[in-house]
Amino acid sequence: MIPTSTTSSVPEPSLAELAWTFNHIALASFGGGLSAWSREVVVVEKKWMSDEEFLSALTMCRILPGANQINMAVFVGSKFRGMAGACAACFGLTFMPVVIVLAMSVAYFKFNDVPAMQNTLKGAAAGAVALTFSMAIKTGRKCLTGVIPALLLVATFVMNGVLHWPLFGVLAIVAPPALLWAWPKGARS
Amino acid sequence: MKDEGLNLIHILLLFSSLSLLSIGGGNTVIPEMQHKSVGAYGWLTDKQFADVFAISQAAPGPSVLLVTIIGYKAAGLLGALLATVAMILPAAALVFLVSRMWNRAADSPLRHAIERGFAPLTVGLVLASGYVMSHAADHDWRAYILTGVCTVICTATKTNPLFVVGGASFVGWLGWI
Repeated sequence: MIPTSTTSSVPEPSLAELAWTFNHIALASFGGGLSAWSREVVVVEKKWMSDEEFLSALTMCRILPGANQINMAVFVGSKFRGMAGACAACFGLTFMPVVIVLAMSVAYFKFNDVPAMQNTLKGAAAGAVALTFSMAIKTGRKCLTGVIPALLLVATFVMNGVLHWPLFGVLAIVAPPALLWAWPKGARS
Repeated sequence: MKDEGLNLIHILLLFSSLSLLSIGGGNTVIPEMQHKSVGAYGWLTDKQFADVFAISQAAPGPSVLLVTIIGYKAAGLLGALLATVAMILPAAALVFLVSRMWNRAADSPLRHAIERGFAPLTVGLVLASGYVMSHAADHDWRAYILTGVCTVICTATKTNPLFVVGGASFVGWLGWI
């Protein structure tokens, strides 16, 4: 599968749709798992990006400063509608969460305790972790086309997840061989 | 009142600089954020910082909205809004510039190489973040079972993820994990 990232068979979303969609992503993500939710909506449901385009954008969003998911919203928004699109997506992603977080913190500073939802949130977190694993499995199946990508995946996981090496150190090691492996062979450039 | 004005200036300076320093995601600057807002400015206590961190993790939306709560504690509603905008805007502007270059480079070999080559790396990173998330919090064996069951449901069926997370929350609410 070599999706050309410029093909978009779907109609370009309006500003309102961008804002609404990212609002939907944000609200669905209680307990965490925002990346998995983004993929679920942007790639699977809306088909605004291919899996490869989404994944590579996600890694760039991680390298760049800023919250990964806000960066992703800027990326998707600007792809379709330039600066206005980036603002719309960003606004959609953050507006309702800001209201909710404010309400929760007002309650917290008033009662001096985390609202009595600990157990529920623990459950939600377990579900959100599951969503993240399931995203790794689904996308992993598509990009594991041979031994080299499999090695790259495992190396990245072990260094970042198990050994807790910082992102930049890990990428400095795995990105060069990954680019070398993926460089288009002659044909089109 | 004078204090509040000073706090607003500190909020603006602190979070707009943290915005550009938060390479690798908002969580990377949390130690510095704690150091400044608890130690240097005394906006909250250590315990409060830990609690609002938990709130921001669990609340829907990006966890970087931790700064909204800190801003609120430091300077009320205005502080909350200023902290949020200061934390988001500088980094978002940078990402916007990069995304424009990216979209213009649709046919460059480098972009093709990044899209294909970074896919396995990203999956590795996503897997790592799931692994770290499941080790953080107070994930005991019952939570692992719940996570395992939910992972199978999400992967093998087309169930709406909202039902899965909702169901997991319900299990938590019942006090089973």
